[in-house]
Amino acid sequence: MTGQPRTTLRTWFALIFLAVGAVASQVVVEGAIQRETVAPTVDWIQSPQLMRRLALSFDTLLADVYWIRSVQYYGDTKLSSEKKKEYGRLFPLLDMTTTLDPRFNIAYRFGAILLSEGYPNGAGNTEQAIALLEKAIKEMPEKWQYLHDAGFVEYWWNKDPNAAAKWLLRAADVPGSPSWLRPVAAGMLAEGGDERTSRALWTELEASAEHDWLRQAARRGLMQLDAEAAIAQLQPVVNRFHDTTGHFPASWQEMVRERLLPGIPLDPSGRPFTLDPASGAIDVDRESPVFPLRRSGTMPRLTQ
Amino acid sequence: MRAVTVVAFGVFRDSIRDRIAYGLVFFAVMLIAASILLAQLTAGQDVKIIKDLGLAASSVIGVSIAIFFGIGLVTKEVERRSIYSLLSKPVTRSQFVLGKYLGLTFTLLINLAMMAVALYAVLAYFDWTATPGLRASWEAPALDPRMLAAFALIGVELMLITATALFFSTFSSPFLSVALTVGVYIIGHFSEDLKHIDTIVKSPALATVARGLYYIMPNLTSLDIKSEVVHGQSVAALHMVSASVTSSLFIALLVLGATIVFSRRDLK
Repeated sequence: MTGQPRTTLRTWFALIFLAVGAVASQVVVEGAIQRETVAPTVDWIQSPQLMRRLALSFDTLLADVYWIRSVQYYGDTKLSSEKKKEYGRLFPLLDMTTTLDPRFNIAYRFGAILLSEGYPNGAGNTEQAIALLEKAIKEMPEKWQYLHDAGFVEYWWNKDPNAAAKWLLRAADVPGSPSWLRPVAAGMLAEGGDERTSRALWTELEASAEHDWLRQAARRGLMQLDAEAAIAQLQPVVNRFHDTTGHFPASWQEMVRERLLPGIPLDPSGRPFTLDPASGAIDVDRESPVFPLRRSGTMPRLTQ
Repeated sequence: MRAVTVVAFGVFRDSIRDRIAYGLVFFAVMLIAASILLAQLTAGQDVKIIKDLGLAASSVIGVSIAIFFGIGLVTKEVERRSIYSLLSKPVTRSQFVLGKYLGLTFTLLINLAMMAVALYAVLAYFDWTATPGLRASWEAPALDPRMLAAFALIGVELMLITATALFFSTFSSPFLSVALTVGVYIIGHFSEDLKHIDTIVKSPALATVARGLYYIMPNLTSLDIKSEVVHGQSVAALHMVSASVTSSLFIALLVLGATIVFSRRDLK
């Protein structure tokens, strides 16, 4: 009877000692060993068709997994501190997702936005965005939204109103499609693209979006248009300053002091516009949610 | 008939006492509940992923119970030698096999119903907390009654897999029975590929063999309507009936085959 409590105490002591020792050892080992990181981005199975067969009857669940991976991959890349952001795996992940579940609506529509979005906020790869949407059109020809989205990519990112109008006219031919598609397409063909048509497209996209994420993307597009309009108004003022003084303003404060502006101009997200003292060029801040504007220009094509 | 009912009730009583079966069903229910957390990562596809996960978990857990318990239905009784005391009572071998099958089938259907209730409960919570805007973005209502059709065909699949496991267990070892039943399950889900294998291989002989396999093996693909119901698509009543009737014929064939093999088996 008397030996039992001592044994229990010893056992407890050993347990605590081992627990502390194991954790401490792990902490020491973690700091001491510089392990070479294995690339966590290896996709062991790269064929969507093979994956679909291996999934047996769980293909839609696996599609969900790949959709989560796509969103996380995009988010991780976008938020990474690396100078050269690499979105190369985004299309294969979305392709896998939509092969496993060919009716995965959001994967097509939002995936196309992530692919076409200007670099570095997105992959800046409109060919892949159109390819994803073409896959959706083949799978669900009864949905006009994919044709509309393809036209949108052509118009907004590729700045090709003729190609965009063709997509919109195809969308207008789909039974049950809205009546505004044809006038917008006509506007594109007649005017070769203008701010009013862009605004109409974004507004309709916002109205027809089935999901908050798409709606937010549309709202962001409208803000970008507002930013572009604001820059178009500010640029002549900056140029006037140059004509008067012989140099571009060093900062917005200088223009405010000269009473050329009532205050520091802000973009629609509330961040000050940037002003290049050397060239007088105005742009949105790189940290602004509306960066990059189409006129910012840097959209390198990523190859697979 | 009374003898069959007694044996079936015995199986049902044993299985609800079995901690492993409990554990598996509990795991499935927890997995369905946990899908609420997982849905947060899916960029607005919460209801879709809950439905996908719920239906997949119900199917996987159900098939696991069907295989591992289905194989033990007869073999356990033989290994424990309790079969002798059972057969000394007024129970024929055919009644014994049929009773065992019906008992496990009843248990599986009860388990499936529990998992369906758990899934609908999670979806009801989502439906209750969703804003009208979010609800409008769903392809199908959260509490879509069409999901019951998917559960019904999962039930038919479980009955078919149980019959397959029971059939193999009457003449082969437990390990081999598991392997053969899993094989039937996998081939059953490749049936469409078997049918169209002539588009991939050049050998006419191989294509003929594959096509023969397609007709011999139960077509489990026809019992899988998970994708359709999750996307809110209607499944034709004719499809439901034809898939169920064909599977029922396979079930009857396998159970009959199991009774014949077991009746002729020398248990000494």
